[in-house]
Amino acid sequence: MFKSFARSQGLRAGVLSACILALVLVLWHLATAPVAAPQYADPEYARLMGGKGQTSSGLPSLPQMGTAIWKHLSNPFYDNGPNDKGIGIQVGYSIGRVLLGFLLAAAVAIPLGFVIGMSPLLFRALNPFIQVLKPISPLAWMPLALYTIKDSTISSIFVIFICSIWPMLINTAHGVASVRRDWLNVARTLEVGRVRTALRVVLPAAAPTILTGMRISMGIAWLVIVAAEMLVGGTGIGYFVWNEWNNLSLTNVIFAILMIGVVGMLLDLVFGLLTRLVSYQE
Amino acid sequence: MSAFLQVDNLRKVFPSQRGGAPLTVFDEVNFTIEQGEFACIIGHSGCGKSTILNVLAGLDEASSGYVIMDGREVRGPSLDRGVVFQGHALMPWLSAERNVAFAVQSRWPQYDARKVKAVCDQYLGMVGLSGSEHKRPSELSGGMKQRVGIARAFAIEPKMLLLDEPFGALDALTRGVIQEELLKICAQTRQTVFMITHDVDEAILLADKILLMTNGPDARIAEVVVNTMPRSRNRQTLHKDPQFYRIRNHLVDFLVNRSKTFRDEPPAGFDPRNLPYLTPGLDPAQAPGAGALAGAAA
Repeated sequence: MFKSFARSQGLRAGVLSACILALVLVLWHLATAPVAAPQYADPEYARLMGGKGQTSSGLPSLPQMGTAIWKHLSNPFYDNGPNDKGIGIQVGYSIGRVLLGFLLAAAVAIPLGFVIGMSPLLFRALNPFIQVLKPISPLAWMPLALYTIKDSTISSIFVIFICSIWPMLINTAHGVASVRRDWLNVARTLEVGRVRTALRVVLPAAAPTILTGMRISMGIAWLVIVAAEMLVGGTGIGYFVWNEWNNLSLTNVIFAILMIGVVGMLLDLVFGLLTRLVSYQE
Repeated sequence: MSAFLQVDNLRKVFPSQRGGAPLTVFDEVNFTIEQGEFACIIGHSGCGKSTILNVLAGLDEASSGYVIMDGREVRGPSLDRGVVFQGHALMPWLSAERNVAFAVQSRWPQYDARKVKAVCDQYLGMVGLSGSEHKRPSELSGGMKQRVGIARAFAIEPKMLLLDEPFGALDALTRGVIQEELLKICAQTRQTVFMITHDVDEAILLADKILLMTNGPDARIAEVVVNTMPRSRNRQTLHKDPQFYRIRNHLVDFLVNRSKTFRDEPPAGFDPRNLPYLTPGLDPAQAPGAGALAGAAA
């Protein structure tokens, strides 16, 4: 009964989503309808005035958009020099930087969070530093990073590192600190050692909270990489957006925006699945 | 002096909070438990029963006094004492079997997977959970969860079992069934048990002796009531025996009336190091007129 209701609700939600999409596309289409181009006697002059394919707002029409998407996706990995690379390569650079910075942050934040969570003293001692460092926009670190590291790619990885460390650190510390006393007492009465308790009791108990922190970090990292790449340039989806803006190709800018959204959603989906794997019901 | 478990002059003081006086939870707590004996402790909330149990478990430390079990002083938790916690304390990310296996592996790290499984099966079967081994705690009812907790405590074959109000959260019917099972298992294994309860009927069904505690703070153990009913007692026939009511009335009377006033006006000759052992209904000096009743029942 409930199952069939849920399924029918899922179906209805899907239909509604499709309707909203159709509405947005229709509005887009109306807003970008070609203006009645003034008739010029001289076809050459008309061409120079940009008559064909020009839209009223300057934004691309749906067919133009579709063509651009198809062009990019059908050949995502070409490389024609520094300013002309396939979208797959650009996204690949961005994901690579995010993963590298994110994994480095996890390697620091999770063990450190474990220690902080286990020791109320350290928690209180480090808390002021965390509270001051956490709200700093990661891009504010960029000049300092560029000056000290002297390498734009490593600097952008450092920025990802510094922005993804806080949610993981705080969530790990919280998850570890709030493990139920009862479970720890069970381990104590069974004379389980510290390391085994940490791995068999504390880690699984705190895993959902830790993974939630990782998921938040990944979301922030993906937001930040676009801005960081606009600054440092060279490669990556953020650079691609800025480069296409300089080329005044709004079609490619819109395409890149869509790509950023889709990749961000996929990254979040992966962490959603991982969270489901380690979550438990009390 | 050679009792299996000997609790000697135990005292717990909580340090003063915000300038107040330090709080003595209980003081001069002395009692013994023999091997194979089932002891229950009854008292109102706040008298420190759970603290006593935690001290016996080694999870908490007394402010003074000591506990000797089997010739050794209790210092810190040990696999010699299995604990069944009030809120079952199962790890929700592990199946019933893995919860028990966690204890078995801690007790016998040298066991291989097959041996661990055999022990788990044995104890889960003992509490009637064969077939539910692979369920997570969230898929089990309250009674089943507490059964897993009991299986986990028994599985390490402790010298002594400590139960902290294990059935408090269960409905009356489930509680009755599990009480009966516990009674059967303890009789089979000759397990020494110390159990906290609020339930007078539960104490009479399960315990060989019942320790009565006065109200806290500054609580004492006032007396020990010996359960004079035969060990073959069970839930079906318990309430048909007039002796049941004599013991029950004595316990209820203590909890309702005397537990409040005991500390300020203890009976003449009260010595916390030498507690009175009472046998309500069989002890004419204790309850006037009870002797005649006992005669009539016989």
